[in-house]
Amino acid sequence: MDTAISLTHLVKKFGNQTVLKDVNFNVESGQIVGLIGPSGSGKSTVIKIALGMEVSDGGNAEVLGKTMPNRQLLGQIGYMAQSDALYDSLSGYENLKFFAQMKGISKANVQTEIEHVTQVVDLQDDIKKRVSGYSGGMQRRLSLAIALLGKPELLVLDEPTVGIDPALRRKVWTELKAIREQGRSILITTHVMSEAEQVDQVTLLLGGKVIAFDTPSQLKEQYQVSSIEDAFLKAEGEL
Amino acid sequence: MRTLAIMNRVIKELLRDKRTLALMFLAPILILFMLKLMFDTNSTTNVTIATVDLDGGIRTELNDAKHVSAKDYTSLKSAKAALKDEKVDAIVKQNGSTYDITYANTDSSKTTATKMAFKNAVTTNSITQMKSTIALLAKQSGARVQTANGATMQVHNHYNYGDADTGFFAKIIPLLIGFFVFFFVFLIPGMALLKERSTGTLDRLLATPVKRSEIVFGYMLSYGILAIIQTAIIVVVAVWLLDIEVVGNIFSVMFVNIILAFVALAFGILMSTFARSEFQMMQFIPIIVMPQIFFSGIIPLDSMATWVQSIAYILPIKYAGDAQSQIILHGNSIFNLGLDIGVLLIFIIVLTTLNIVGMKRYRKA
Ligand SMILES: Nc1ncnc2c1ncn2[C@@H]1O[C@H](COP(=O)(O)OP(=O)(O)O)[C@@H](O)[C@H]1O
Ligand SMILES: [Mg+2]
Repeated sequence: MDTAISLTHLVKKFGNQTVLKDVNFNVESGQIVGLIGPSGSGKSTVIKIALGMEVSDGGNAEVLGKTMPNRQLLGQIGYMAQSDALYDSLSGYENLKFFAQMKGISKANVQTEIEHVTQVVDLQDDIKKRVSGYSGGMQRRLSLAIALLGKPELLVLDEPTVGIDPALRRKVWTELKAIREQGRSILITTHVMSEAEQVDQVTLLLGGKVIAFDTPSQLKEQYQVSSIEDAFLKAEGEL
Repeated sequence: MRTLAIMNRVIKELLRDKRTLALMFLAPILILFMLKLMFDTNSTTNVTIATVDLDGGIRTELNDAKHVSAKDYTSLKSAKAALKDEKVDAIVKQNGSTYDITYANTDSSKTTATKMAFKNAVTTNSITQMKSTIALLAKQSGARVQTANGATMQVHNHYNYGDADTGFFAKIIPLLIGFFVFFFVFLIPGMALLKERSTGTLDRLLATPVKRSEIVFGYMLSYGILAIIQTAIIVVVAVWLLDIEVVGNIFSVMFVNIILAFVALAFGILMSTFARSEFQMMQFIPIIVMPQIFFSGIIPLDSMATWVQSIAYILPIKYAGDAQSQIILHGNSIFNLGLDIGVLLIFIIVLTTLNIVGMKRYRKA
């Protein structure tokens, strides 16, 4: 099995605050890996290092077999940041088109790509409206749609389902699983524990270290609890 | 390709931002027009001089001078009261061969005009006296003396630039054009990039395979096009609407300003990386934008201390101002201004390179 992301001994300091002490974990091809941890534990920092937007103070980040940072590789990664970074004065469609061009999607495919991702996030009716008129949930969906553009080998999603209603959340998960079936890989951070139940591997980030890396069922067994939420609370209590 | 897509996007965003558009295109026109009104109404200075015990001849000469009227007061006290009430601008009191002149000095141009008028009046008066003395002597001695009476002296004024009405405004206009271009182009693109950074779209952009240089060039191109339109408007308004004479080629004037606009553009983008908010960007106005006006040539450089003069050499506006004055006032060709243009081009190249390298702060590759 190929490895989509391989993080070894990552260390990251901001000033004199050491956010990541020693982070190791892998995302294998065709897997959905959930990165969970309390707010401020460094989830977004791990993601930014994996994408080459931050440089680690130690350790190594390899993505799709190449050491990050690597600009060319970014074309094969769909990234959705924690904040909805969108162009307010442009319409949803114009945002999608712009990022499709930035990702280097060929002209012939742009239209079908945009149609497909718009449908996944259920924005067909509002796609011509300006983003400044979107609700928080609509912005989140557009943001996710941008990440899905161009069928990237690897999706990196930072809290993608915040502010999305349950029905649509289910739809998004159906799409994520379909992506997995195509052999593509997903790294997702979340604080919604019911979502953590649906991933292939759970990575628990606490105190700058990965304290557990296992399938959801094994994790529950290990902590002798019935849900990931309880496992999470127990792990936090033990620290 | 990506550069063009970024350019398109930036222009589209801008066209939808009506306030910023108005600021870029209407504000400079408004300011130029107001300046014109201000400097034009002040072009003639009228002074009223109170005279006390002044020799009748001098008083007549004074009163006959253009834009000067002399008013006789019987006592110094009443003259001083008039001065205090701003009815007169100066008092001339004669004590035998001593003249005491008191100026209100609230308007330096009036003080200068009074000094000039008085000096002329005294000179003309003494010439008249001399003539009559000579005539008297001639009569007594019976000699024939040819005085300059018959041949009236004539002075013809020729103006190398403009005409008799050309004032301070004409001289500073080329420099102000440059300053406006600099000011508006410095601020707006920097703000736009800053917004892109604070909303996170820059991060998102940098998470695609776009090159750092493509982002910088995209911004330079889109705002460059805007700056070209803006510069053309400012120059056209200055030349036709405000009736500024350009001895040289008007397209050369535009060319110099467009080059300056690109310097300001690159400079504004660079400074925006040192600001964390739009407000912090505004804080650059007093420390970076304002000093440019002092060194633009509005205040003659050679009147400054040597070390102050040398500061001007690191400011792009000095070179643009030099080139502009050469073209507008002296009719110099742009091809003789290679040094100024060259220095401005070097500014553009260096600043743009710094911007591309500076983007490494947000993405390492
Ligand atoms: N650019 C930065 N400069 C300084 N501190 C930072 C920066 N980015 C993140 N941090 C700090 O690192 C810690 C982890 O942040 P983050 O990775 O965003 O956490 P999470 O995504 O898990 O909520 C926080 O304490 C945050 O304050
Ligand atoms: Mg986060």
